[in-house]
Amino acid sequence: MEVKDIKIKSMKTEDFKDNEYLQQYIEELQKDGLNIATEKLDDLINWGRSNSVWPFTFATSCCGIEFMCVAAARHDFARFGWEVTRNSPRQADVIFVSGTITYKMAPVLKRLYDQMAEPKYVIAVGGCSISGGPFKESYHVVNGVDKIIPVDVYIPGCPPRPEAMLYGMMQLQRKIKLENFFKLPKKPNISNGQTEGGNK
Amino acid sequence: MDNMQKYIQTLAPKAQFEEGGQYLTTTIEPDALRKVATGLKEKGFDYLMCLTGMDYKESLGVIYHISSSNPKEKETVIVLKTSTTNREEPAIPTVSDIWEIATYYEREAYDFYGIIFVNHPDMRRLFLREDWVGFPFRKDYVVNDEINPVPTKVPDPDDYEAVPSYSLNKEGKLVKKTKSLFENKDYIVNIGPQHPSTHGVLHLRTKLEGEIIKHIDPHFGYIHRGIEKMCESMTYPQMLYLTERLDYLCGTMNRHGLCMCIEKAAGIEVPARAQYIRTIFDELTRIASHLIGWACMCNDMGSITAFIYGMRDREKIMDIYEETAGGRLMVNYYVVGGVAQDIHPNFVNRVKEFIPYMRKMIEEYHTLFTHNPIAAGRMKDCGFLTKEQAVALGVTGPSGRASGWSCDVRKIAPYAAYDKVKFDEMLHQGGGTFDRYMIRLEEIEQSLRIIEQLIDNIPEGDCRAKVPAIIKLPAGEYYQRVENARGDFGVYINSTGDKNPYRVKFRSPCLSLVTALDPMCTEQKIADLIMISGSLDYVIPCIDR
Ligand code: SF4
Repeated sequence: MEVKDIKIKSMKTEDFKDNEYLQQYIEELQKDGLNIATEKLDDLINWGRSNSVWPFTFATSCCGIEFMCVAAARHDFARFGWEVTRNSPRQADVIFVSGTITYKMAPVLKRLYDQMAEPKYVIAVGGCSISGGPFKESYHVVNGVDKIIPVDVYIPGCPPRPEAMLYGMMQLQRKIKLENFFKLPKKPNISNGQTEGGNK
Repeated sequence: MDNMQKYIQTLAPKAQFEEGGQYLTTTIEPDALRKVATGLKEKGFDYLMCLTGMDYKESLGVIYHISSSNPKEKETVIVLKTSTTNREEPAIPTVSDIWEIATYYEREAYDFYGIIFVNHPDMRRLFLREDWVGFPFRKDYVVNDEINPVPTKVPDPDDYEAVPSYSLNKEGKLVKKTKSLFENKDYIVNIGPQHPSTHGVLHLRTKLEGEIIKHIDPHFGYIHRGIEKMCESMTYPQMLYLTERLDYLCGTMNRHGLCMCIEKAAGIEVPARAQYIRTIFDELTRIASHLIGWACMCNDMGSITAFIYGMRDREKIMDIYEETAGGRLMVNYYVVGGVAQDIHPNFVNRVKEFIPYMRKMIEEYHTLFTHNPIAAGRMKDCGFLTKEQAVALGVTGPSGRASGWSCDVRKIAPYAAYDKVKFDEMLHQGGGTFDRYMIRLEEIEQSLRIIEQLIDNIPEGDCRAKVPAIIKLPAGEYYQRVENARGDFGVYINSTGDKNPYRVKFRSPCLSLVTALDPMCTEQKIADLIMISGSLDYVIPCIDR
């Protein structure tokens, strides 16, 4: 399977960055060989899954407001099938870590993540959750949520624009479309430079 | 002010007065503190604006900014200072029984500096976890991840409950007593730290009897980022970026406060054009913030449509920002001496289009939600805060004005172009949830009125004064108040003449709002808690800093 097979409505594969990462991801997935029967089924299931990702309402600070904007009228992520924000981690598929994670919050975030049902995804939104952002020097800020939980997509910005968030969501959709549903939650763990994915 | 000086002198003969400061500033011995504080309160100084912990290296101290809620003595601020040289067991008498909000402020000073307030009923940390080692704001504190690693476990609920308090025995030694906040039979519900309607990561430990709330114990610090401490190692222009991330909904206003404080200290004259632009931006931000406040409150009450409406109209303001400043939420537009660049040629037209649009929308909001009998019926009879409580807890801004306290800094101590415009300070007397709901929508109209008066009269000229490349503030202390969308926001800078400040403190209006939850919600139904907190419209990162 080639990357160009991953279809996202009205977006071409060349429009996306990080295609090499997904290529690697595919190769890693195909290492153990593929079962033709489940592959077709995978496609169908993943098509459904990637178009109905339910985010968890989680926001600690400023980036959360932009997350609200993405949910609201103008940007409206309902177009992508993401509109059902869940207030309980047990019903959510993806957690947008939008905002700074402090030492006091870190175990809470970990617990919330543990409570989510598999398959689950994490999007790190904004400088703070990627690396500590403007508060890197602080004594009470975790320098990147990937120290606590595995991250699938990073959306840089302080805060990222709503458009950037939509782009990040589409990237996650592409990733979901590649997965072997029947082998989940096992995901390959590859790293190319800054990008890392999979369950650790 | 002279007679206040004499008055303090009679109360504390050893009091020392500072010359030439912004406010009447006096340093007193800790022993005389309670006497002076009680005396000041009797003279009408009933509003403890700000309490700042300090580390003077050889001593630890506290600074009190005290003001009055009485309109006649509006601008009057008195600064009290006290300190102790004992760094091992620094003890200062509490004033929490004189000004109620000090209960929380003193816990903050304890958390950051380890200053023990004698006879304070509840000497827990306010922000950091109970197992945190050391006091991070002390100048000799060393950041060490081995001593304070990222915790892996959520604390046991019992850990929240042991409440220490300190008193002095006959020999003058500190004695620690511990009591439990709740009893074993109490039914406690944890709301937060992750709750979609706490407007951030706030943790409320709520004691219930059936569905009636008996007590609320708020826990902060889940988003404590140590901004004030970080400021101490930054230059002044660098600090500006952090202020917008305090209370991101009032970003420009917070930044305005810091800019003005620096400008005042450095003696920089801001051009009139910049003053006007800043005022317009501040008011646009106020509208955007009130829109989110309104939208989220309605959302909390179950009306998702209203949320979508509010966010839709807020996007119009975001567009205006974006054209001129480039940013949406973080506008990053104000700089020391003015604004970063001139306004976009479209700016004036865009704003002029926005004003009638917004007026129409407010009518729509009223038709859709305010006049909805179910919504109004729910809001009308709950969550009352009296004016006395509001003053004692320092609840300012729209919530304070809904209780009848005239506390608008734009009127009390006008800044920027506020003295050139006519607008009404909206006051309600009821102090209920509905009053707070209404006052936000009314304030949007007033903000539109302000913008309308300014937009055609923006003077020509520079939009930025010349400022030195490296800004050094003369040694001294500076305090600046601004009215942000949640109340009285204050910036305190203590400079030693260097290019970094010695101490920076931001007075957050939101802390008072959360502390007011306990008196407002006691004996109310738990289902109303979310609505009442929605009507207060607090932003947690502003509290935690
Ligand atoms: S990345 Fe920037 S906008 Fe986002 S939470 Fe951090 S400071 Fe706020």
